[in-house]
Amino acid sequence: MRELVCLLLACWAVDGWGQALHSAIERGRYLAAAGDCAACHTADGGKPYAGGRPVPTPFGTIYSTNITPDKQTGIGNWNEDQFYKAMHEGIRADGKHLYPAFPYPWYSKLSRGDVDAIKAFLEAVPPARQENKESELPWPLSVREVMSGWNAMFFKKGEYEPDPKQSAEWNRGAYLVEGPGHCGACHTPKNGAGAVKTRENLQGGYGENWYATSLTSDVRDGLGDWSLDDIVKYLKSGSNAKAAATGPMAEVVENSTQHLSEADLRAIGVYLKSVAGPAEAKAPASDQQRLARGAALYHDQCAGCHMEDGSGQAQVFPPLKANAVVQAKEPGTMLHMILDGARIASTATNPSALAMPAFGWKLSDEEAADLATYLRAAWGNKAAPVSASDVKKTRERMAKAAQTK
Amino acid sequence: MAKKLPSADVVLVGFGWTASILAQELTNQGLSVLALERGAFRDTVPDFGVDHIQDEYRYAVRDDFVEEPERETLTFRNSANETALPMRHIGSFRPAVGAGGAGVHWNGQNWRFLPSDFRMRSHTLERYGKSFMPDDMTIQDWPVTYEELEPHYDKFEYLCGISGKAGNVGGKIMEGGNPFEGARRREYPLPPLKRSYATVLFDQAAKELGLKPFPCPAANTSKPYKNFYGVQMGECTFCGYCEWFGCGNYSKASPQSTIFPVLLKKGNFELRAHCDVTRVQLDSAHKQATGVLYVDAMGREFEQPAELVILSAFTTHNVHLMLLSGIGKPYDPVRGEGVIGRNYAYQITSSVDVFTNELLNPFMGAGALGQAVDEFNGDNFDHGPHKFVGGGYIALWTTGGRPILQHKLPEDAPTWGAGWKKSMKENYLKNCSIATHGSVMSYRNAWLDLDPTYRDEYGDPLLRMTFDFHDNEHRMSKFLTDQAAAIAKAMKPRSMHVKQRKGHYAIVPYQTTHNTGGAIMGADPRTSALNRYLQSWDVPNVFVMGACAFPQNAGYNPTGTVGALTYWAVDAIVKQYLKQPGPLVHA
Amino acid sequence: MERRAFLKTIPLVSAVAGAPLTRIDNPAAPGPAYFTAGEVAFVDAAVSRLIPNDALGPGAKEAGVTMFIDRQLGGPYGRAQTWYMQGPWREGTEQQGYQLKLTPAQLYRTAIQDIDEYCRRSYGGKALAQLDAASQDKVLKGLEKDDIKLAHVKAKQFFDMLWHNTREGFLADPMYGGNRDFAGWKLIGFPGPRYNYVAEIDQHGKPYDVPPVGVLGRDSRRRPV
Repeated sequence: MRELVCLLLACWAVDGWGQALHSAIERGRYLAAAGDCAACHTADGGKPYAGGRPVPTPFGTIYSTNITPDKQTGIGNWNEDQFYKAMHEGIRADGKHLYPAFPYPWYSKLSRGDVDAIKAFLEAVPPARQENKESELPWPLSVREVMSGWNAMFFKKGEYEPDPKQSAEWNRGAYLVEGPGHCGACHTPKNGAGAVKTRENLQGGYGENWYATSLTSDVRDGLGDWSLDDIVKYLKSGSNAKAAATGPMAEVVENSTQHLSEADLRAIGVYLKSVAGPAEAKAPASDQQRLARGAALYHDQCAGCHMEDGSGQAQVFPPLKANAVVQAKEPGTMLHMILDGARIASTATNPSALAMPAFGWKLSDEEAADLATYLRAAWGNKAAPVSASDVKKTRERMAKAAQTK
Repeated sequence: MAKKLPSADVVLVGFGWTASILAQELTNQGLSVLALERGAFRDTVPDFGVDHIQDEYRYAVRDDFVEEPERETLTFRNSANETALPMRHIGSFRPAVGAGGAGVHWNGQNWRFLPSDFRMRSHTLERYGKSFMPDDMTIQDWPVTYEELEPHYDKFEYLCGISGKAGNVGGKIMEGGNPFEGARRREYPLPPLKRSYATVLFDQAAKELGLKPFPCPAANTSKPYKNFYGVQMGECTFCGYCEWFGCGNYSKASPQSTIFPVLLKKGNFELRAHCDVTRVQLDSAHKQATGVLYVDAMGREFEQPAELVILSAFTTHNVHLMLLSGIGKPYDPVRGEGVIGRNYAYQITSSVDVFTNELLNPFMGAGALGQAVDEFNGDNFDHGPHKFVGGGYIALWTTGGRPILQHKLPEDAPTWGAGWKKSMKENYLKNCSIATHGSVMSYRNAWLDLDPTYRDEYGDPLLRMTFDFHDNEHRMSKFLTDQAAAIAKAMKPRSMHVKQRKGHYAIVPYQTTHNTGGAIMGADPRTSALNRYLQSWDVPNVFVMGACAFPQNAGYNPTGTVGALTYWAVDAIVKQYLKQPGPLVHA
Repeated sequence: MERRAFLKTIPLVSAVAGAPLTRIDNPAAPGPAYFTAGEVAFVDAAVSRLIPNDALGPGAKEAGVTMFIDRQLGGPYGRAQTWYMQGPWREGTEQQGYQLKLTPAQLYRTAIQDIDEYCRRSYGGKALAQLDAASQDKVLKGLEKDDIKLAHVKAKQFFDMLWHNTREGFLADPMYGGNRDFAGWKLIGFPGPRYNYVAEIDQHGKPYDVPPVGVLGRDSRRRPV
């Protein structure tokens, strides 16, 4: 059985279920898309894969590096083994440790063949001469050796081991989600050391100052009521009848998931549908006056697009009723969108990039909290109330993020 | 000294509806297309965001999306024996500034002209004889037929997601639509909008009079819509802020809501905002355009070479640029010769305000939410007894109830003071208005040329407009107004206020932005500036879009026809011109 | 054009926030922006007659219209910033519209002086603001009908501008300083800018009973930050 699964996985990697990957370069291109390498390694307006994009972390800003085949500033001098070691163990060609802002805890799960294909693809990218920027981390984190301790505590290297009890499709999905897709880098909560809490895998976490909602089967804030088709449509087009990808997820869809084959997206869906969520926490009741003020604000400011009953407009404006972002454990992403607006991913199948304007310029912290609390309690939604200080914190986080850009 | 830039395949002057269509279609052919827009780039968010767009004072009263006369205006006079004076602030019409052009701030009233409108001169002569037309009337046949334009009307309607009910599909008259319209190939892309109370009252009254009312074709979506470019629109929510505003929820068709998302992604398209084109540059023989001169926001002058120059600015600006650049012979009304500036025309409108017993909530509406009758448009009726040419539709629109500019008071209401206040309270929620939308014919003494005195910010002469309403139009408009009043009366109102258009045309107050002519299309280069493909007779690598090509104006809003002509022209450019650049019609 | 890069340069925040409103002055500044104390008194008096305070509700003065006009005259509108203001200057026909060399702010200043001078001459040394209501109405009527000849400008031209601006102040969004407490909108029954009537548009004849809202919310005294 195990052998069969491995064989199937290898077949997918070669022909991607209908999407012919006729060469290592093409296979690498596909995997680089699945891994969304460009998201970090290409700066706004910069040359592809030349790095230099600031990656905010709770500890300081890290700059992505040049992974073009330039010999002086890129990785043109790296051989396959060195590249594999970086991907598999988080150790660069010069033997120094990489920071886990580079998601080697996930890339470690990639097969050697896939890693070599990515290397082949990167070798075919036009070389760009661009010096890497030093990370802005405080001492002692600025000393890369400390990462060996971090690795010892939080990192387990090893390629993905298929689960023989599960279907080949499930295994393919698990491989993509837990390996190249590195979904948990944002969607799993992290501890004080910035390592993911493996026992809360995909239950929602922070990424780039946005709260990435749960991908578990939780009905309120996860994918519990999403069908497989919903998941595929979302990852392919950027939206479905239940939600729309905005913020960093819009970029993930634009740069990564829209380029994946239907079969792979379906496999991702099969795997995600199998991830169980935590037991439902009881949401504390919200203040009635606050709810009334929030309802009025909703009627005045939001109903124009999201409609009076929170149902949105099909394929156009996402419903807020039964919406995972609205009911997420942390209200950060919803507040971010209320305050700063949002733009839906622009994809080949759905290029429009419909947007919501910012309301932070006219809502006080108290009002935004009233509105958010109402949204989390209206139309059967159930999530904890939001306070003015939550809003203030979100504003501060947004201001800080704006500085690093 | 202007700095010379690398050449583009196509340069578009202005970036509104016509330019957006051209750019989308010509970049699809692999051409590099550059649009030069005098205003700013604008997008639905943030520029028309629902968080702030419903601001009547900013947009409708202080004209935030409209061109600034300080930068660009024209001079005006009613007749040749007056001295033209500058239009100092925006008045009777409101050209836009900024990406999307007036396609951003229109109401979305999207019509086709009647088949007979395209044969205006020969149809009139055939049915009524030569003596029926005043001597100074210079109407012409269009060099294109309704049947030729039909596929392109259809395309523009499916671009925009027009809500409506067909009245004539392939020659079959359809219940509930406009029975007078030309045959269309298929239904509208979307069903009609929901009906406001006032349109229902109008509908009932019109039917009582034996008329055949129908829902006006609207570029406001009755449902979410995805067009053939893959661009997604929302559903109109009747907020009542269409005209003078941008749509905040993607439900009014505009270049932004129908084309930009795909166009702006293309590597072979470039938009340069804040660039004023001051000349089309011609070769020494004046037979070929070499490019354009423009001035950017920092006042720097550039020479932009191009293989193909397409004027896609507002009617008056296209004509102004042709006159300044020396494309075609300027029109001389004394000798009746020349073509640039010829046959300038407009629209003649009137209204009957209706004060009802019913609560109408006028603030709920959409720019093209209306019910109309077309019995008195074009040649849908026998003009013999009436002794005038032309006609128009009669419609009850419920575009919104914005308090400053859209409140209406009975004729006998005090103009100010306590009585005015009382009347405002009693009437705001209980009124509606029936509009007439009449054609304007072209005349020998209505034209555009360069002003001898007043100059623009670059030292160039302003455009000069010489125009007045003629007896023919006044009689036609009176006839339409009488019909509108009859419908109003059948609505059994508390009172009504007939506002017939009388006297001279004035540059204030606002009437419509349906300015037409000045660079008309025709079959004869002696009496038209453009051939049937909107190509300059004189400089064949210059095409000119928009209502400036209309030989005279019909009784409908022009946008649908402007859109159709654009698709018609781009079809000819792609299928004929690109294969063999040069004149597409040999005179 | 690279749309993604292009879009990234565009914030989702509207131009209202923070930046001065295009073509409209920021009404948040304290004190008169343009008017002298005497001009405030004149405009208070005039707009109180144009839209009086009575049993139906607050009048233009109470609704902050004087302040609204003052702010507008102190800004781009008052300066005719977007108008074509180059000579030569000639008196045109009625159809040719505004042909005065004066900006709106200058027209107010000139006309107010002229009208007060006329009032002093005709009403025993009293300025318009000092007259009783009936006399004020008479003066306003004389201006409207162009019966009063002013020293420098046409009476009707100023009256029309004043009356336009008064209605604007009474009926514009309250963030511009007028329409205080939604006085104008409450009078007529306008619920303010609301974006969605899908459920209501075909409920014919049914009152729409929701408290007024402005762009900045239900507190009419709020100003843009």
